[in-house]
Amino acid sequence: MKPRIPGQAAQARHGWWKASQWLALRRAAQVVFLGLFLTGPLIGVWITKGTLASSLTLSILPLTDPLFALQSLLAHHSLEGKVLLGAGLVLAVYALIGGRMFCSWVCPVNLVTDGAAWMRARLNLPEGVTFSRSSRMWILGAVLAVSALTGTVAWEFVNPVTILHRGLVFGALYGAGLAWVLVAALFLFDLAVSSRGWCGHLCPVGAFYGLIGRKSLLRVSAIGRQTCDDCLDCYKACPEPQVISPALKGATRGLGPLILSGDCTNCGRCIDVCPERVFEFSPRWMDRKSKDVSSQTTRDGTTQAAA
Amino acid sequence: MVEPSSPLETSRRDFLAATARTACAAGFFGTALGLWIGQARALPATALRPPGALAEDDFLGTCARCGLCVQDCPYKTLKLAEPGSGPTLGTPYFEARKIPCEMCSDIPCVAACPTGALDKSLKDISKSKMGVAVLVGHETCLNFLGLRCDICHRDCPLMGTAITLERSHNLRTGKHAMFIPTVHTEACTGCGKCEKSCPLEEAAIKVLPPKLALGVLGSHYRLGWEEKKKKGSALIEGTIDLPDRGYSPGEPVPPAPERNSQGGFKEFRP
Ligand code: SF4
Ligand code: SF4
Ligand code: SF4
Ligand code: SF4
Ligand code: SF4
Repeated sequence: MKPRIPGQAAQARHGWWKASQWLALRRAAQVVFLGLFLTGPLIGVWITKGTLASSLTLSILPLTDPLFALQSLLAHHSLEGKVLLGAGLVLAVYALIGGRMFCSWVCPVNLVTDGAAWMRARLNLPEGVTFSRSSRMWILGAVLAVSALTGTVAWEFVNPVTILHRGLVFGALYGAGLAWVLVAALFLFDLAVSSRGWCGHLCPVGAFYGLIGRKSLLRVSAIGRQTCDDCLDCYKACPEPQVISPALKGATRGLGPLILSGDCTNCGRCIDVCPERVFEFSPRWMDRKSKDVSSQTTRDGTTQAAA
Repeated sequence: MVEPSSPLETSRRDFLAATARTACAAGFFGTALGLWIGQARALPATALRPPGALAEDDFLGTCARCGLCVQDCPYKTLKLAEPGSGPTLGTPYFEARKIPCEMCSDIPCVAACPTGALDKSLKDISKSKMGVAVLVGHETCLNFLGLRCDICHRDCPLMGTAITLERSHNLRTGKHAMFIPTVHTEACTGCGKCEKSCPLEEAAIKVLPPKLALGVLGSHYRLGWEEKKKKGSALIEGTIDLPDRGYSPGEPVPPAPERNSQGGFKEFRP
């Protein structure tokens, strides 16, 4: 049997753009964010210097990975003001827009793990080893503890995010170095060992950004949930499908249509693939409770009765 | 074993068991990470840190591995450690024999560092301590062989202070001088220019991280002559000074051997 690929039904009904717009925008964003760092080394036009760990844009805007800063401070090192300011800015922005937007819109590893998921769906591979979704929290805890105990920034000794980003900016990935092996290993892990294994279950960077964004103002809302016909495309497309149920199926339990979990990466893929156009981005304060969903107007203008 | 009385209790037990499993796995992971860090902190002898770098442990805990220093080095001296390249992953370093530090007077690498891993209190590059040059090839250095190579000396940005040529007698020929390149560790910045320019196939002078290059006296060591200078008199009063055999204080010192017009010694017969 041919696997049902999420997005195909939406594309058949609403056309390519409607079924791919957030994915396309996200890929564009990932390319732009990489490009900011790469124009300098490649063509000598410096926009952003440094890497995701710490950078300087247009010689004025300093940004720093707050997880690095936290580890360093826990390890009893004092950092200069510039780097603390940079970490504060990053914290503030992601706290507003959703921490894991870093994952789906910026982090280069997402391209690798999304690639593995894409291939997985087409090869119809079994789930493989499943880790608990809370594993990443434990790993994050362990990383912070090891930082404090060893007096160094522990995660930077293995962090695939910065290995990949450095490899792209400083060129290790253009030769035949070990950096390639690590990226390939990550891809194969997600493809053959565990579905969405790395970004969905293990990566402590994702866990950290998830924590930052728990109260973010930008959310995805299953605003049209009463039209859901249970095709499950959103669950299949979502890198964190556990976040969907409370919003999509929570009406009977009195839950609002807003996806509230910090695990949601605000990738917007559910919006794309839903043939019924159930989802959309929404500010947090628009969390209408189930009672007022009962007489909502759907996109095609008809008024639906509550299910 | 007591049977669980209700499905609720089963799920509670499952939950606790799963949590315990994950906690153990996290503990295992943390231990493995800690062990790996112990391994991966070693700095190879050929790797030198940029100017102003904090002491290695502080440096590793402060440096973000961002590469800003690398991108602002005009001579492409600095690079970030890649997986498998030796120094701690992602940290900036340079290798003297490949591209030495040119000792920029405005120290752009330090200015670029956002974290303080490169210490901004370093204002004068000639005060930096990236490493220390050591003449290791006593059997291969051309000057030790009695020739006049002198390249390391002439290429040193601090020629005459960080490295000098010390004259000594050439025992092989018996009549020539040797000019021994001699590094003065308090002045040497470890820029690596000397190692880079040594014409031998393998440099006879090598710049090592300071920790490898320098001996350190035990903290309880006291140098008698220094202490005597500080005190201004003998450290132990009233000791008997026995006369030195074959020499008594009042006697004249024998005259220095006479030289001929070519500068050689008169009584020397080859
Ligand atoms: S989970 Fe980790 S590796 Fe994956 S996208 Fe987020 S930060 Fe990057
Ligand atoms: S002092 Fe100049 S040459 Fe030396 S590492 Fe810094 S920027 Fe590079
Ligand atoms: S600029 Fe500073 S923090 Fe960044 S890599 Fe260099 S030494 Fe490390
Ligand atoms: S490393 Fe060599 S060239 Fe540089 S200051 Fe020291 S002796 Fe001179
Ligand atoms: S450059 Fe090399 S061979 Fe020449 S004097 Fe210096 S150490 Fe000796």
